[in-house]
Amino acid sequence: MTDAYFLPAAIVAHAPALLVAVPLILSTVAAAIPSGRAAWGLAFVSAMVALLCAIELFLGTRGEYAIISYAMGGWEPPYGIEFRIDGLNAALLLLLSSTGLLALLFALPSVADEIDKRKQSLFYAAFLLCFAGLSGVAATGDAFNLFVFLEISSIGTYAIIAMGHQNDRRALTASFNYLVMGTIGATFFVIGIGFLYMATGTLNMADIAQTIAAQPGNRVVEVGFAFILVGVGLKAALFPLHLWLPNAYAFAPNFVTTFLAATATKVAFYVIIRFSFDVFSIDSGFVQNTLTYVVTPLAISGMIVASLQALFQSDARRLLAYSSVAQVGYMLLGLGMATAAGVAAGSLHLLNHALMKGALFMALGAFAYCYGVRRIDDLKGLGQAMPFTSAAFTIGALSLIGVPFTAGFVSKFYLIQAALDNDWWWAVVAILAASVLAVFYCYRMLVTIWVNPAPTEGLLPNGHIRKVPLLITVPLWVLALANLYFGTNAGFMVDMAQTAAQAAINGGVS
Amino acid sequence: MLEMLSERFVYVVIIVLMMTGLYALIATGNLVKRMVGLTIFQTSVFLLYITMGKVFGGVPPILDYKDLSNGTLDPNQLYSNPLPHVLILTAIVVGVATLAMGLALVVRIREAYGTIEDDAISEADYSLELEKGV
Amino acid sequence: MSAHLILRVVAKLLIPLILIFGFYVHFHAKYAPGGAFQAGVILASALILYALIFGMDAARKAVPPWAARVVLALGAFIFAAVGFVSLFFGENFLDYNVLLPTDYRAQYLGIILVEIGVLMTVTAVIIAIFYAFAGRSPEITDEDW
Repeated sequence: MTDAYFLPAAIVAHAPALLVAVPLILSTVAAAIPSGRAAWGLAFVSAMVALLCAIELFLGTRGEYAIISYAMGGWEPPYGIEFRIDGLNAALLLLLSSTGLLALLFALPSVADEIDKRKQSLFYAAFLLCFAGLSGVAATGDAFNLFVFLEISSIGTYAIIAMGHQNDRRALTASFNYLVMGTIGATFFVIGIGFLYMATGTLNMADIAQTIAAQPGNRVVEVGFAFILVGVGLKAALFPLHLWLPNAYAFAPNFVTTFLAATATKVAFYVIIRFSFDVFSIDSGFVQNTLTYVVTPLAISGMIVASLQALFQSDARRLLAYSSVAQVGYMLLGLGMATAAGVAAGSLHLLNHALMKGALFMALGAFAYCYGVRRIDDLKGLGQAMPFTSAAFTIGALSLIGVPFTAGFVSKFYLIQAALDNDWWWAVVAILAASVLAVFYCYRMLVTIWVNPAPTEGLLPNGHIRKVPLLITVPLWVLALANLYFGTNAGFMVDMAQTAAQAAINGGVS
Repeated sequence: MLEMLSERFVYVVIIVLMMTGLYALIATGNLVKRMVGLTIFQTSVFLLYITMGKVFGGVPPILDYKDLSNGTLDPNQLYSNPLPHVLILTAIVVGVATLAMGLALVVRIREAYGTIEDDAISEADYSLELEKGV
Repeated sequence: MSAHLILRVVAKLLIPLILIFGFYVHFHAKYAPGGAFQAGVILASALILYALIFGMDAARKAVPPWAARVVLALGAFIFAAVGFVSLFFGENFLDYNVLLPTDYRAQYLGIILVEIGVLMTVTAVIIAIFYAFAGRSPEITDEDW
């Protein structure tokens, strides 16, 4: 066990378990109490605990290939369930818990506004389940356990997306479609795990990796990989399996969209990295070919097509949702290069994208809270009416485009560099083309916001206008400033992404 | 060919079930029937796992507690692999939760739209959008 | 009240048996296949049978919906709490060995506690799902018949 940094050593020793167990146990309490505010308090406490544990784990995995292993129930791996934290998932856990915490600050006013009072405690219980599930996916080292956590988080997600039906009944159909597609994806994933178990007789991911390496060219294993890639690709909104995403993001409550955009697809993307590089070896020609000839073309077509679709949206959140699909394409492109630089660039974009989409969706949430607006045409003149919120939105949008001195520029820069290292000039063309498309769709929103006189009345019932609460302004500006900060001082993020890539590529068979 | 199929009879059943479920999921516009298809699809995977755990002539691997202490295992006895069963127990619970969640959504969709046919729902949404003048 | 007399009498006979069988499946799981998941569903089915024969109102009186919600949370809480007890004694999450001095007895105790939690949750969840669906009064138009 590594040294403790700032928490007591007794807690640090159990940090991987606490990260998941605290949200889980508090979700049961949240489900049993009637008060929504108390449930929010529980959610906030568990996000706080998760953040502290994640920081501690993150610091603990900074060393050369440092791995923190935690045996659930004292049953040693590979027989028991193992929680295994390395540079890759420590970064993800840090991202997950910090964006979760910021989103929760935003949740208090936003959820009170959007969700029925009697349902709020259940809403937070479902959110905590989702949060615990996502942390569990990121932390676990057991393949089947990963499936269980994936489903825990998904079922929680379906519930909280459907809660958007008070604003728009289409949230129900969006959630239903997500449920159907997500379950197909999860079932494919289980089939894949089943094939791996047939071929290896173990479920521990590190153990699977070693056993697979001993049997190259095994068809059962290759079929298993294909099933896993499709299954998790569905959850990660890998083009063309992204059809559930735009509606789910557009009609969910604002808080849910903010949280999911920053975390959910990221976790699924992490699972793809974990399985492609760690469980399966990139040295096997099969995985290499899959990444080059399947994932990369899909990533590039996703970047272009989804950006084009984003151009024609009228709902602001739907537009950003399509842009999210395009951004998943960027990350997968980095992955498809199958080099350390590519994976690092992909992971870097993953982290930065969480920052920018978090800021953008949160600003849209603030617009919806104050003026009740959701469509792009209705954003008219909000730049005059809410200059600070609009400025934060603008920073997020510039970062999304990849303007220099923002976080988005850094990750695109690294992505292009990695592509050039591979001699993939066409990938560079695709990145630039998608960025140009991003300029168009962001321009459309920004012009509507800034180049219009301030609206005199909102779209809320009786034309009422509300001021932005502090609990929205603070997390929004934290995210916006993070975009600027990590755009100018990228060292920390780049370091984090490179450690993650190293952990992914060297982690498996050693 | 026939011999190969008969040897792998269980897999044939699983694949037929899986495709039945997937077809039902895609072909019908009725949301409840879709949930039925989804459940059949999931169940086929449960069977795949259970098949893995079966050992011919194996018995349930439960310790013999004659003296109420640690229990004993007969080394000459052949046991089935219990792990897939445990996994599938978990997966069944996940499946039930998904089914309940999906049906709950269908109930709410029925209340909000007055129909559970996919086409009718899309049409209702579409005409609503047209009214709003998008 | 005279309607479905046979059903009522048979149900009154059956429901206690179902409950006993549920507990049997639960506690006999050490010696034979069984356990909390199966037992929970069996227990919940007793209430569902009761609701089918005697009506939802009677069932709601027997097990109020809020009770189902609290019990399902409490069961999951017990499960997680056992894990936290192990943590307080300085062992890994869900390591039952700390509960009692003898290892195998501690494992028994741990698994029994966890199974009780699971039993409560499964029973309450099935009941809650049943209430959630059966409790909504449907509006059926004439054409649907």
